[in-house]
Amino acid sequence: MAISRRQWKTVFYHLLVGVLALGMIYPILWLVASSLKPNDEIFTTAYSLIPSTLQWSNYASGWAGFAGNSFGTFFKNSFIIVSLSTIGAVCSSALVAYAFSRIPFFGRGFWFGCMMLTLMLPRDVTIIPQYIMFSELGWLQSFKPLIVPQFLGIPFFIFLIMQFIRTVPADLDEAAKIDGCSKYGIFFKVILPLIVPAMMTSAIFSFYWTWEDFIHPLLYLNQPELYPVSLALKLFLDGESLNNWGGMFAMSTLSLVPVFVIFFIFQKYIVDGISTSGLKG
Amino acid sequence: MKLRENDHVVGYAFAAPFILGFLLFIVYPVFSSLYYSFTNYNLLEAPSWVGFDNYAKMFTDDGKYAKSISVTLNYVLASVPLRLAFALGVAMLLNKAIAGIGLYRSAYYLPSLIGGSVAVSILWSQVFGDKGLVNSALGLIGIESSTSWIGNPGTALWTLIALSVWQFGSSMLIFLAGLKNIPKDYYEAASVDGANKVRQFFKITLPLLSPIILFNLIMQTISAFMTFTPAYIISRGEGGPLDETLLYSLYLYKRAFTFYEMGYASAMAWVALIAIGLVTLLIFQSSRYWVHYESKGDR
Repeated sequence: MAISRRQWKTVFYHLLVGVLALGMIYPILWLVASSLKPNDEIFTTAYSLIPSTLQWSNYASGWAGFAGNSFGTFFKNSFIIVSLSTIGAVCSSALVAYAFSRIPFFGRGFWFGCMMLTLMLPRDVTIIPQYIMFSELGWLQSFKPLIVPQFLGIPFFIFLIMQFIRTVPADLDEAAKIDGCSKYGIFFKVILPLIVPAMMTSAIFSFYWTWEDFIHPLLYLNQPELYPVSLALKLFLDGESLNNWGGMFAMSTLSLVPVFVIFFIFQKYIVDGISTSGLKG
Repeated sequence: MKLRENDHVVGYAFAAPFILGFLLFIVYPVFSSLYYSFTNYNLLEAPSWVGFDNYAKMFTDDGKYAKSISVTLNYVLASVPLRLAFALGVAMLLNKAIAGIGLYRSAYYLPSLIGGSVAVSILWSQVFGDKGLVNSALGLIGIESSTSWIGNPGTALWTLIALSVWQFGSSMLIFLAGLKNIPKDYYEAASVDGANKVRQFFKITLPLLSPIILFNLIMQTISAFMTFTPAYIISRGEGGPLDETLLYSLYLYKRAFTFYEMGYASAMAWVALIAIGLVTLLIFQSSRYWVHYESKGDR
């Protein structure tokens, strides 16, 4: 039974795309493998993905953390910051998106233009004055500078949810209005239930961005007991903890677990979100 | 008439979070940083007016500043085109309806999902370290290398560029969505007319994707200019070796938060704002020569 040219092409395709894909995720696999290798083995057999023994103690030694603050504390901090930020970002963005797409108020075009401009505003211009502002408010060494601004609408999410509201027929609003619904009623009874998918996508990205955020915690928090996971990982690179490679790889791996779990559960929302709005992930 | 007024009140009520945030966290900071940029300010004493001194010093008397500009330009000019080229190339490879395509798509996308994290920056510093994955793999094929790619001034920036290119996944997804929107008939008609694949790519795929390329180009350029985390983690906050990874954002951070020169750093921020604004404008202006907008019929 001869293999046809077409089948050869398919085999060749899978070989090419598959090997490339493996190359792409190889560093990630290496990270996971290294997190399970004995400390002295990580760099002597760096090419290998298979640990000689499974060194689960890396996870224990990494979890123990630094100077009495375990990764339990860091994960707790991350979850507090991330969940409050996400709730704030999604709810406020939905409200603003509704105003921009459905209510013809005075100055709407102007404010929408401002929002599109902020989308492209480089972060560097605002971090210094914001830092000074938060320090004058006495908010340094607290989660407030990380969380409060999230409650004031995130341009990317406003834009994403607006795109979604556009697909809801205006007739629905009209019908609800005739039934005596106010603009508030229309939002909560008609629009809100229909934009849940867009809000999900926003929530997922908000989770990712705040989970990975490094520069803002670095600026606002310098007591280790307040560190989120992203900032705590940096401590592995400092001074005396420098030799706990296994622990460092173990906690790095652990910090990515929530990211992967959410990706595998909500893949569709993520892919749709990026494809329709150009959100960066 | 009464109803319309009502719309204004309700509209502002719903838009209030954004308007408040915009005034408080964007407008006020942008202008106060303009003011700070003309002062010396160390947070402890009140800002003192110095006119254009910060700007003058930046361009005439700060070797590190010039270095950080050249490092950043190299980084942006190498990473953005490479990232977009990979994104488009792989998107074209994956634009097929065959079994297993979803799995491939996830594999290519994953790095960009986690790429901005501290964990990946740490991983990267070990992959390219003196005893890391890269040297170890090179050893397997008979090339003995014990230099640290991170520690070698000639290669350090390239490890950051590689990290950025590795994260082409989200651009790839955007291109993939664009490719799926190109009607198949175009290609069929072209092959009937005898156009080969290369010609089809330049005459159909590229022009029809050009608005998406423009969008990606602008967003990726801005975010490349602002890259901070990997440079900070991989160089331990220093921008070394020999300032070869001293990206603009990292240098600004050091000036502001290591040396507390808020005025100088604000001036740096404003130069960045103007430069990025000009680059964006330039890209937009150039777009009329290469971006193709489809029939004006429906818009």
